[in-house]
This record gives sequence, structure tokens and C-alpha cells, in this order.
Amino acid sequence: MFESWNKTGVPSPELIKTRFPDEEVLIKPKAITECYEEIPCNPCETSCPFDAITVGADINTPPVVDFDTCTGCGICVYNCPGLAIFTVQIKDDALVYKIPYEFVPRPGKGDVMHAVNRAGEIIGDCVIERVTFTEKQDKTALLQVRVPRELLYEFVTVRSKS
Amino acid sequence: MNTYELVIIGGGPAGLSAAKVAAEAGLHSLVIERDYKIGGQLVKQTHMFFGSEKQYAKTRGIDIASILIDDVKRHPDKIEVMTGTTVVGLYPDHVITLLQGEEYKKIKAEAIIIATGASEKFLAFENNDLPGIYGAGAVQTLMNVHGVLPGHDVVMVGSGNIGLIVSYQLMQAGVNVKMVLEAADTIGGYKVHASKLKRLGVDIRTRMSVKKAIGTTELNQIEIAWLDDSWQFIDGTEQRVDVDALCISVGLSPLSSLAAMIGCEMKFVPLLGGNVPIIDEYHETTVKNVFVAGDVCGVEEASSAIVEGYYAGLMVAKRLGHEHPDFAARKADYETQLDNLRSGPFGEKTRLGLLELRGERHV
Repeated sequence: MFESWNKTGVPSPELIKTRFPDEEVLIKPKAITECYEEIPCNPCETSCPFDAITVGADINTPPVVDFDTCTGCGICVYNCPGLAIFTVQIKDDALVYKIPYEFVPRPGKGDVMHAVNRAGEIIGDCVIERVTFTEKQDKTALLQVRVPRELLYEFVTVRSKS
Repeated sequence: MNTYELVIIGGGPAGLSAAKVAAEAGLHSLVIERDYKIGGQLVKQTHMFFGSEKQYAKTRGIDIASILIDDVKRHPDKIEVMTGTTVVGLYPDHVITLLQGEEYKKIKAEAIIIATGASEKFLAFENNDLPGIYGAGAVQTLMNVHGVLPGHDVVMVGSGNIGLIVSYQLMQAGVNVKMVLEAADTIGGYKVHASKLKRLGVDIRTRMSVKKAIGTTELNQIEIAWLDDSWQFIDGTEQRVDVDALCISVGLSPLSSLAAMIGCEMKFVPLLGGNVPIIDEYHETTVKNVFVAGDVCGVEEASSAIVEGYYAGLMVAKRLGHEHPDFAARKADYETQLDNLRSGPFGEKTRLGLLELRGERHV
């Protein structure tokens, strides 16, 4: 499960699914922590206003999300130094993500962008629904993106079409 | 000749943190920095740091530098800072010789903390002196301190955290990072950093390295090739890649020559990055009242350097008769923080390296 990831940086589908709750839980937005490795880090835990993420006393322990408590607010998304957290919600016939974004120019509301997978490949189109970039986000923008339903375990980021 | 209670050599994370805690304990110190400003390598780091709140996790490196500098400025009566000054000699009678511009000076210290950090290793390959071939630190200085792009099409050699992070910063600056080469079988740094690059479409190729650089007045191409299990290039696997810059990020070596010069007993410990002074549990070298903190005694992250600096500052102050009012609590807290930072798989090299340094066998 870890082999390709150690060589390419792309986690396998089985590894990715270990971080997701059952799909029925995702009718509400939930944080997905793509943090598979023991690294000394815990800002996800300390930034969560609902105490929904647990790392524990040994900060090398990968985070565990309590999906009952998580509101999918997205605060952990821009507080994660590894940019390894996003939120996702299954809404009607689509997915709504909140992802971190650290590039300029930042997209605007309504922009249609490429949907991109973990290997950097274009896998479809997606629409920017909202862009937040406040002082407390410390230069990491939060993009709310509407993504086709079938890309649940595929989508990870956006890329400009130009 | 001016005499100081404590002279701290190096104004990076370890040196500044040492000065802060020493000042809180009542000790006067002089921080000597070779660069024109203090903050060390943190000033080039635009990414958020790992660790926990006590080491300013999720804060960007450049902002951690500001925090540490402000901490020092809060003690103007206790801490003197001398920038643009290089320590060129360190002698067993605690005489320190300095080069400040054209001026050569001598000072003396009751105690010394060597916090000189580390320097980048380089790779031997044909034409590795062509303009356009940089160390990762130089790329960060050019790009993040001076706002100058090192090139347009870049290949990174080395997939440790620095190689991965600098590649990401290059992409943020609009530079095309064509690939990251890694001689080992697996990615060296945190996989979250690698994943950030992969989703941008950057290829990470393990078991590959650069064989030669091609160009006459500047870099135009590189030749890369596969490596076998004994790290030798496999004939016939060479490929050419068009680049105008090549960035080398293959690890760091402790800058420990001043410790050797003053007579500290040294030991070559590859797990710690190279030649390091032997230290006891208080970070004191074999020369009395000469302490070390940060990468100079083992290459790690800035977060550990900060805590080691606090620790060394605490110990030196006690030695000179200024025991910190919270000595016992601080000591325990710093030890816990260091243990925590080092207890995962990425801390294993440091854990084993420190055992080897102290002459204990690995179990």
C-alpha cells in the first residue's frame, strides 16, 4: 500500500480511502487528513475549534478525525503545514471541496478550472464557488470548488486552463 | 580587549534562542553574525513549519525569524548583536578573533556557544562548475531574499525536505521544475511535501542522478542516468534534459571547524551529517565552558535548533552563576520537546547519531 507512494509521492487508491469516512457521512462536509506518515507535527489538532482532530502527546502520531464532531469548517485546511488536508461534501449530484491554494494569480468565483488528481493529471473540469483569503489564513487561500460526483477519490487540486 | 560573559557565534535559530534564555537568566551576551542581518536560514523560508506550537509550528520560517529577533530585541541591556562580523579564530584561552569589514579585532569570553549551523554538500560530476548550477540555499537566497529567479527550466537533485520545499517554492515563483532526481530508492523527505509537487505535475524519479552538465559559457543541458543498487550509473540509460538551472540539494554538513580549532574533541558521525564535537548531556564540549547548539552538532530541522538554543542558553547561564528562576521546569520542558521532535522515524538518524557521538552502542 505504501510502496508506490514512497517512490513517487502518489498515494495508492487503497491508502487514500483509509482517510475517508463512509460516503453517507459526507452529506455534511468533513475534513480528510491525507497525512499517512509519522512526522513531528500537530497544528491540525491545535487549530481545530471543535477538538475534532486528535494527534496526541506524541506529535509524530498521524491525525485521527472524529467525523461526528468535525463540521468541515476548513480551518485545519490552511493551518496544515503539509497542505495535506481538504474538506469534502457530497451535495446533490456533485462534490464540494475546500482546498488550500498557494499560487498567484488566485482564481475568482465562477472560474472554470481543470480538476487535477494526485499524480498531477487533468481529470475533468471544476468550478470555483468561493475564494477566501483573510489575514488569519496567513497567505494560504481557501478555494471552495464544485467537482463532478465521480471524482470523489480522485480530485485533489485545481489548475488554470490558460 | 573587551571581555563578555557569553559570546554566541551565529545569529540563526539556535544562537538567537540561546541569547534569549541566557538573558532571561540574567546573563549578558554578544551574538556575532557573519551575514548583514540575523535570523539565519529562517529568513529564506516561506513555507509553514512543522512541529508543535512551542516551536512555532504552522508559522512561516520568515515569520519565525521575526519572532526570534523580537525576542532578542526585548533585552537590549543584556544582548548585543554584531552583524557583518566573521569569527575567524577561536583559542583555548577563550580569545575570539573577528573580522569586521577590513578591521581585525580580538575579544574574550567567559563562555562560548558555537551555533554556526551547517553548510550544503555538493555533488561531483563533469562540468559541475558551470554558471547555472546552484545549491538549494543559493536558490532560496536569490529567489526569496532578493527576488531574482535562478532560471526558467530547473531540475532539482535531491528529494530531502529541502529539495522538495525549494522545488515547490520555485513552482510558486513561476519556474518550471522539470523533475526531482533522487539517487536513493525512495523519496527522502516528508511525503506530504512530495505530494504537493506531484499534484503540480512534477515528476520525482528515484534511483536517478545527474551524470554531467553540458554547456560552454552557461548550463544548457544535463545528462541524467539510472543508478544500480551499488549507486553506480547504468551505462546506456543516459538521457539529456534541457535546463538553464540545476539545483543541488544533497544534504548538509555541520559547520564545526571553530569547535575543532579551539580544541574540542571531534568525532565523525555520518548520521549527524559529518564531523561534530563530542558533547555531554548539557551540550558542553570537551573544552570547559564551550557549548554548542543547532546543526553544528548534528543536522536537523530549525525547530530542534531553536529548542537546543534555549537549552544551551539555560545551561551556560547556570554555569556562570545565573541559574534561571525556572531552571528545572525549563530543562525538563526542553528535553521533552527535543524527545518529541526526534521520536518518529525521521528522528531516528539523530537518535542513533547522538548515541554514537556519546560512545554508546546502537541496540
